[in-house]
Amino acid sequence: MNHDTYSDDYIRGILNSVKTIAMVGASPVEVRPSYFAFKYLVQRGYDMIPVNPGHIGKSLMGRPFVASLAEIGKPIDMVEIFRSSNHIMPIVEEALKLAPPPKVIWMQLGGRDDEAAAKAEAAGLKVVMNRCPKIEYGRLSSEISWMGVNSRTISAKRAPIPTQGMRLSLNRMSVGGGTTAASDRAAKNKTEQS
Amino acid sequence: MNDRIPGFSTLAVHAGAQPDPTTGARATPIYQTTSFVFNDADHAASLFGLQAFGNIYTRIGNPTNAVLEERVAALEGGTAALAVASGHAAQVIVLQQLLKPGDEFVAARKLYGGSINQFTHAFKSFGWNVVWADTDEPSSFERAVSPRTKAVFIESVANPGGTITDIEAIASVARNAGVPLIVDNTLATPYLIRPIDHGADIVVHSLTKFLGGHGNSLGGIIVDAGTFDWSKGDKYPMLSEPRPEYHGIRIQETFGNFAFAIACRVLGLRDLGPALSPFNAFLILTGIETLPLRMQKHCDNAKAVAEFLAGHPAVAAVSYAGLPGDKYNNLARKYAPKGAGAVFTFNLKGGYQAGVNLVSNLKLFSHLANVGDTRSLVIHPASTTHSQLDDAAKVKAGAGPDVVRLSIGIEDKEDLIADLEQALTA
Repeated sequence: MNHDTYSDDYIRGILNSVKTIAMVGASPVEVRPSYFAFKYLVQRGYDMIPVNPGHIGKSLMGRPFVASLAEIGKPIDMVEIFRSSNHIMPIVEEALKLAPPPKVIWMQLGGRDDEAAAKAEAAGLKVVMNRCPKIEYGRLSSEISWMGVNSRTISAKRAPIPTQGMRLSLNRMSVGGGTTAASDRAAKNKTEQS
Repeated sequence: MNDRIPGFSTLAVHAGAQPDPTTGARATPIYQTTSFVFNDADHAASLFGLQAFGNIYTRIGNPTNAVLEERVAALEGGTAALAVASGHAAQVIVLQQLLKPGDEFVAARKLYGGSINQFTHAFKSFGWNVVWADTDEPSSFERAVSPRTKAVFIESVANPGGTITDIEAIASVARNAGVPLIVDNTLATPYLIRPIDHGADIVVHSLTKFLGGHGNSLGGIIVDAGTFDWSKGDKYPMLSEPRPEYHGIRIQETFGNFAFAIACRVLGLRDLGPALSPFNAFLILTGIETLPLRMQKHCDNAKAVAEFLAGHPAVAAVSYAGLPGDKYNNLARKYAPKGAGAVFTFNLKGGYQAGVNLVSNLKLFSHLANVGDTRSLVIHPASTTHSQLDDAAKVKAGAGPDVVRLSIGIEDKEDLIADLEQALTA
């Protein structure tokens, strides 16, 4: 499948179906993007598990860190990888050994490993690369519009007021693909150059 | 891909807006408030730390302004936008993210006279040095680039003559230099030209002109194309380095392809302060809903008026890119096939005095220093907008002593032509 761009339906389908998410590389440091995303996904009602062997004994939003995916001890729907591209393959391999395996591998903004993606897809998993689930959730629900961001969705329906812990409807009318054409092209050029 | 892509007119009405969650109000409410209540201490901390989406204080963001921002971002094909108090404020905030004292930016010489003043004088006192290039000669931009260059700035349709800029050629110079291309798209609006489709990395507007369209509200906007990679090297530390203003957050790493718009908001607007009034945002939004209808009428009227002037014995020349045979007609066909805009100049055989006389004889055209109003406007740039330039610079900027600039409105074209006819022969 093409990983330069994703349809909104693909991303929406994933965010609407997963419930338990293990975040590999989650950080307790408040200015790290992983902390932002972890906190937001907790607030939107996902069952989040922080995975980071460097922070055993600590917890994130009241959820204790675990050292590896294998130690989670319950089925997880999605593994979100907050590591740079060269650390992705072993994490995907570890995820594929889980029983049952997760349904989705999601690589954070900046993270991309096409070989690891192909491996996960061959095992029947869905893969998202170089995207942030917080941004995508905020975009499809239009919550991100508070920041002047182009959600690339429109809706004539009255939405409820978002409150703490509330899941938002992601079923707005899509304006385009997962991102704008120009920024897609730029991302593709960057991948090809590196 | 199954996603249907709505057309420009649908986006002009809907993008960014939805029924108000609290009241169900269908038109976008005017959130005329300075500040917003937090849910609790953690919510407040999350908002201040940029961790949560939401509102704090209208100098940083406002729900009415946010609708305007998303709408213009959607119309331009950008990832995000930031609305500010004026087009000038937009330019200050954009360059504040890109330049440090001692840095340079290359700008096209044909610009709005106010921008020429801002770049030459105000920015000089910040240590931001403008290097001028010939708008019609992309290779002159290449020659103007130095190791200190941080950006290239052009207008898509250039003031005052309504000339069309070869955006793609200059975008390629900027790309080779590793700097972003900033395009002021005020006179074209995204209805006529979408600069991002031609290689722009940042688009700025004076919303005061055709986007608002009714001459009733000042405003400016910055659109992030999401195309520029700010993380290469340390050339753009506002985007790539840990920011002490936010406890060490790196803006690009955190916000991805809309990082520039966020930097403009949280490092620019927050600290420099030129916020847009929500009431102005509301008026501009209402204007944008009819942008496609108005812009086509502006262009059709402008072409008819330009054709009339080109055949008039008192007129030496008409500079309108929509006329066949105009120097910029080929560029207009390429970049603005729906119409070449509604701002253009013409030269009077009678020189400076004929220009002054024409302006005073017109009855329907308003003599004022604005463009992009529903009403038709006229100005004599040499004695007004460009009066601070010396004579040689006036001619280079397309504002010589015999030049009159028109901004054609959406009245009946027969009435506009009749008014010009009587004023030229009076």
